[in-house]
Amino acid sequence: MHETYNYKVVRQFSIMTVVWGIVGMLVGVIIASQLAWPALNFDVPWLTFSRLRPLHTNAVIFAFGGSALFATSYYIVQRTSHAKLFAPALASFTFWGWQLVIVLAAITLPMGFSTAKEYAELEWPIDILIAVVWVSYAIVFFGTIVKRKVKHIYVANWFLGSFILTVAVLHIGNSAALPVSLLGMKSYSAYAGVQDAMVQWWYGHNAVGFFLTAGFLGMMYYFMPKAAGRPIYSYRLSVVHFWALAFTYIWAGPHHLLYTALPDWTQSLGMIMSLILLAPSWGGMINGIMTLSGAWDKLRTDPILKFLVVAISFYGMSTFEGPMMAIKTVNALSHYTDWTIGHVHAGALGWVAMISIGSMYFLIPRLFGKTRMYSVRLIELHFWISTLGVVLYIASMWVSGVMQGLMWRATNSDGTLTYSFIESVAAMHPFYVTRTIGGLIFLSGMFLMAYNVWKTVRADDASPVDAIIPEPAIDTSPVDAIIPEPAQ
Amino acid sequence: MPEYNLLSDFSSPLWAWFIFIVTVGGIFWCFYLLMSQTKLATKEGGDKIQTTGHKWDEDIEELNTPIPRWWMQLFIATNIFGLVYLVLYPGSAIFDGVLGWSQVGQYNTEMEVAEKKYGEQYTNYLKQNIVTLAKNKDAIKTGGRLFSTYCTQCHGTDAGGGPGFPNLRDSSWLWGGKPEQISQTINSGRRGTMPAWGAVLGESGVKNVTAYVMSLSGRKTSGDLKAGEEKFKQLCIGCHTAKGTGNIALGAPNLTDNSWLYGSSRRTIAKSISEGRNGRMPAFGDFLGKGKTHLLAAYVYSLSQEK
Repeated sequence: MHETYNYKVVRQFSIMTVVWGIVGMLVGVIIASQLAWPALNFDVPWLTFSRLRPLHTNAVIFAFGGSALFATSYYIVQRTSHAKLFAPALASFTFWGWQLVIVLAAITLPMGFSTAKEYAELEWPIDILIAVVWVSYAIVFFGTIVKRKVKHIYVANWFLGSFILTVAVLHIGNSAALPVSLLGMKSYSAYAGVQDAMVQWWYGHNAVGFFLTAGFLGMMYYFMPKAAGRPIYSYRLSVVHFWALAFTYIWAGPHHLLYTALPDWTQSLGMIMSLILLAPSWGGMINGIMTLSGAWDKLRTDPILKFLVVAISFYGMSTFEGPMMAIKTVNALSHYTDWTIGHVHAGALGWVAMISIGSMYFLIPRLFGKTRMYSVRLIELHFWISTLGVVLYIASMWVSGVMQGLMWRATNSDGTLTYSFIESVAAMHPFYVTRTIGGLIFLSGMFLMAYNVWKTVRADDASPVDAIIPEPAIDTSPVDAIIPEPAQ
Repeated sequence: MPEYNLLSDFSSPLWAWFIFIVTVGGIFWCFYLLMSQTKLATKEGGDKIQTTGHKWDEDIEELNTPIPRWWMQLFIATNIFGLVYLVLYPGSAIFDGVLGWSQVGQYNTEMEVAEKKYGEQYTNYLKQNIVTLAKNKDAIKTGGRLFSTYCTQCHGTDAGGGPGFPNLRDSSWLWGGKPEQISQTINSGRRGTMPAWGAVLGESGVKNVTAYVMSLSGRKTSGDLKAGEEKFKQLCIGCHTAKGTGNIALGAPNLTDNSWLYGSSRRTIAKSISEGRNGRMPAFGDFLGKGKTHLLAAYVYSLSQEK
């Protein structure tokens, strides 16, 4: 009797990735429509943009992205450690606990309970639950690392480990608050004034840096070499870009607060660290894309690889755009415009969603005893639909954002502003409609995925399987021989 | 160390030094990190790229490819840019940078440049009175542009107003339509208060007074007009006068001209009587300066002269 991997929790999170993907993106399409046609909130308080917007961001980042990260990290850490998941009961708790967090968010946010901290809107009782689930996650993950049967820790696990550790610190640090009411779900932040803003964006930008970047880089470092059947391009690059990324990202938050009440020196520091972040970010792109060298032909036939490669391309694009937008003079134009929204979605749809979708198409059949998805052609179709949706979305937001920035600063010869604010709002309308269509197209792709997944896991010959743990390969790395005692 | 660089909860200068050391140390550490992996390239390297010899999950391996040169150069360049920027600009609480730049300084400089460039025209317009300016095409053009930036949020792009926000195109004025009255409204702001009479009048009282108020502008109503008039004479004439023609000294609306600030429906008028109203026009004098408010007054005055 051979020992098997624990795939149950991986299966649970994988299926929920698809479900929450549809829910989160559907709410996104609804609020995008409301921006184009404001009457669509029907004057119902819990349908207003202000309440649904945090629901959208929480659902796509933490429900969809979070489930994808839980699923893949539990899979990767077992497979690359050649060890069964540590503390299976605790792993099961992280699944049900995380689902409870999501359901509570879906109830309380539309009701209007909010800390008003972006990406950290959930009130204190839910924050405590998140902290408990997250610490359990860390115990399961690092416990499995400790149990590993291979000496070296694989690079994907560096990134996943840093993601889990840092998100714990970020969440607990930023959510520190004084509760004043349990049923009223009300608390006050532990930090005052501009310091609160600083802590908020230390958290906010590193939610991007460690949740949406480091975590998904971990995903990339496993599924890219697996799907390509090629070794990782450069171990040395992994070392440099991992440590440099982990060090630099944590400083970049103040670029969200350029030209505000934040002290000048803090703003400048955030800006230069954001610029230094460019190369470490691109290290991951180079390692991902170049892993495919020698296997480029596979791109023609394998739509999963297409998802992964396009995701890495969007990653490279948005990690170039980010440091540029952090430069004060560029930020003076881009801040408060739709350019930011375009930038975020280049990362969220182009990178995070596409790498997750590609990884899920690779992962799900393996969890259910199949070699591939029900329909490869549907994956291919999903790929083209997604790409079209992303391009429509971000192109419209770029044009709209740059247009807003230019309209807001345009002056007449008498020194007055050329456009009133409402004129810029009117000018944005066609782009808001285009954005809604882009989002709708992307969402429709998710329904294709749901159908494909359903047909795969419900097929007659499909059943949940836990793979047998293979013996680890013999390590052939160069070793320095022990210096023998000289002969007498 | 400049005191304004410290945060209120982190007021010890030790924090500043701590951050400074980690900042500069971190940048140099990035250099070191990079160099540590390039030396490896020359030591083991040669041209042959090998795997590291590790293998995970049956088939995942890693090559030991040297780091791409262009990437190294990019990384070094951004690090150098960071260090140079720290010397030139404020980048730590202990040193404000050799250029002496600050965002407040940049703002002041930009405002000075703007004042030099545009200030004169406003000073010239100040010498002319509002009636004359209202006929000056250039002045009205600039005034209109100022209006679309500062006033349209409440009064609408066509100055036609909305519920609670006066229409500036008609001849009905809450606080007077003479040039000096408009100017005062813009410069100093206005606050119009209608008390809530619901508790005093009761439901039927509100209904009757509503009917009477509507009859003042000749509208058809239902209700006890006589009882309404009686209450009106007791409670309302202090501000709205006995004939209901209003009082511009208090901003009390004229009730006989069928122009309704909050809406003309029976329900809205009853709500005004029962719950009261608080209207507020913000003061723009200190914010925009005399030159701009003068042009705005001329523009608003010109709107009412169009007919």
